[in-house]
Amino acid sequence: MPRLALRGVALTYLGLLLALPVGLVFYRAFEKGLGPLWESITTPEAMHAFWLTLVMVAVAAPLNTLFGVLCALVLVRQDFRGKSILNASIDLPFAVSPVVIGLALILVYGRDGWVGGWLAENGVQVIFSPIGMVLATIFVSLPFVVREVVPVLREIGTEQEQAAATLGASPLQTFWRVTLPAIRWGVAYGVVLTTARALGEFGAVSVVSGKLSGRTETLTLRVEERFQGFDLTGAYSAAVVLALMALATLLVMNLLRPKEGV
Amino acid sequence: MTGIAVEGVSKRFGDYVALDDVSLQVPQGALTALLGPSGGGKSTLLRVIAGLETPDAGRVLISGEDATQTPARARGVGFVFQHYAAFKHMTVRDNVAFGLKIRKRPKDELARRVDELLELVHLEGFAERYPAQLSGGQRQRMALARALAVEPRVLLLDEPFGALDARVREELRAWLRRLHDEVHVTTVFVTHDQEEAMEVAEQIVVLNEGRIEQVGSPRDLYERPASQFVMSFVGPVAKLDEGLVRPHDLEIELEPVPGGREAIVERVSHLGFEVRLELALADGAPLSVQTTRARADELELEAGQIVWVRPGEAPRFATARAG
Repeated sequence: MPRLALRGVALTYLGLLLALPVGLVFYRAFEKGLGPLWESITTPEAMHAFWLTLVMVAVAAPLNTLFGVLCALVLVRQDFRGKSILNASIDLPFAVSPVVIGLALILVYGRDGWVGGWLAENGVQVIFSPIGMVLATIFVSLPFVVREVVPVLREIGTEQEQAAATLGASPLQTFWRVTLPAIRWGVAYGVVLTTARALGEFGAVSVVSGKLSGRTETLTLRVEERFQGFDLTGAYSAAVVLALMALATLLVMNLLRPKEGV
Repeated sequence: MTGIAVEGVSKRFGDYVALDDVSLQVPQGALTALLGPSGGGKSTLLRVIAGLETPDAGRVLISGEDATQTPARARGVGFVFQHYAAFKHMTVRDNVAFGLKIRKRPKDELARRVDELLELVHLEGFAERYPAQLSGGQRQRMALARALAVEPRVLLLDEPFGALDARVREELRAWLRRLHDEVHVTTVFVTHDQEEAMEVAEQIVVLNEGRIEQVGSPRDLYERPASQFVMSFVGPVAKLDEGLVRPHDLEIELEPVPGGREAIVERVSHLGFEVRLELALADGAPLSVQTTRARADELELEAGQIVWVRPGEAPRFATARAG
């Protein structure tokens, strides 16, 4: 039965690589009961890591949504020299390893960097501070909204917008009343992916953070730090919080999704 | 009074010349067709009038005012697209109300006006549906109501029935004709279908390769075409003596007649009232002739027969033959 075999391969693959490891993390976290788990979640350092992770998402997701929609509009609706270069550079964060992105940020914003030196003189520290971590998070989660919105914009075409114009709508009114509602599902998927990526980013943030527990430590960094320090309960509890945040994101997405394509 | 005046308008897209120094007057309240083959420039002209394209040269006047620099949203035009351009995320009611909401009309006036329009386009029962739940013909009627809602000075329709099947197209044509008698707004519609133009329009503008070939009433164009192009575009033609003649202007006789040419009948097609004959002239050139069933029966026409064919009207646009 090739159909059953096909299904078996797919399920085994997902089971071994996805369900089993994630399930084990949850199992280990709850293994010693709720008490120790709750304790390690509510330490000041863990709480700080939780809030800092939320800050990363709260800054990166709105900024990348705004930029992503603007950028998609420019890519789809305008023609100019160098458009293909812009188009290709959007994917740079996908192509380049996060560690390299972190190093690049240090080159520019570090104490000896091009911009960083000037900023430091004016009392702004970017690298080894949450500012640099936010920059890194924005960088790695930048392409998602653009890549989700571009095909939707292409598909809806310009006729609805032209119709709105002939009916008296200004460009801004047209955007809010016609374009945005038409691309809203693309935007929503983009926001969810951006959020998930911002929650889970490790490499780039790790390089620029300096990993100061209670100061520049997000949940992903905390998982590693606890794990290295043989505090397994701490590592598992941070991992569980992270996983629950990601699940909540997906849940919100599914609640928002329309019942049928209207 | 002139509803729309186009003065010396040119428009190119790269190397392609879409409109080449086009001038046109559309009378106030008239129903005008822009007719021509695809790529002839008719849609571009309509979009220039609407302000959806900017001409490279020339002026557009609407109700006597120069509108060339006016953006589409301020021109007071209603535009209907071939593929409806329905706002898919809005109900039929919200689609029709769009222009009125933009103009911030009071709620009760808005509701009343939308109801009137839905009645006008026979969509009373469909107000709360979404465009995806309508047929093509219904969507196009909704688009028309939406365009009429803002009481445009001119109504522009770009191949409005082009995406619909033949029966619905027929229905909507007759309906547009009646609607125009009721609403009396200056209307211009684009079509590549000469029958549609003839049936609906009071005035037809024939466009080809970015230029106007002829402007006239349907009858003018048919009976007094200004060029070979117009003659062959607005109706069937047969080629005789290097000139063009309408197939129904050819008379068939069984005996030699003055001015008649000998021909052999190759095929007889009965199309109801009309009978179409494929003839071959003595020099082998093919010639198609339209005649009535009565006449064909009277002559007992059949394939292989020798007949004499004579043009009832002299062939037009004949190029002088050498010798």
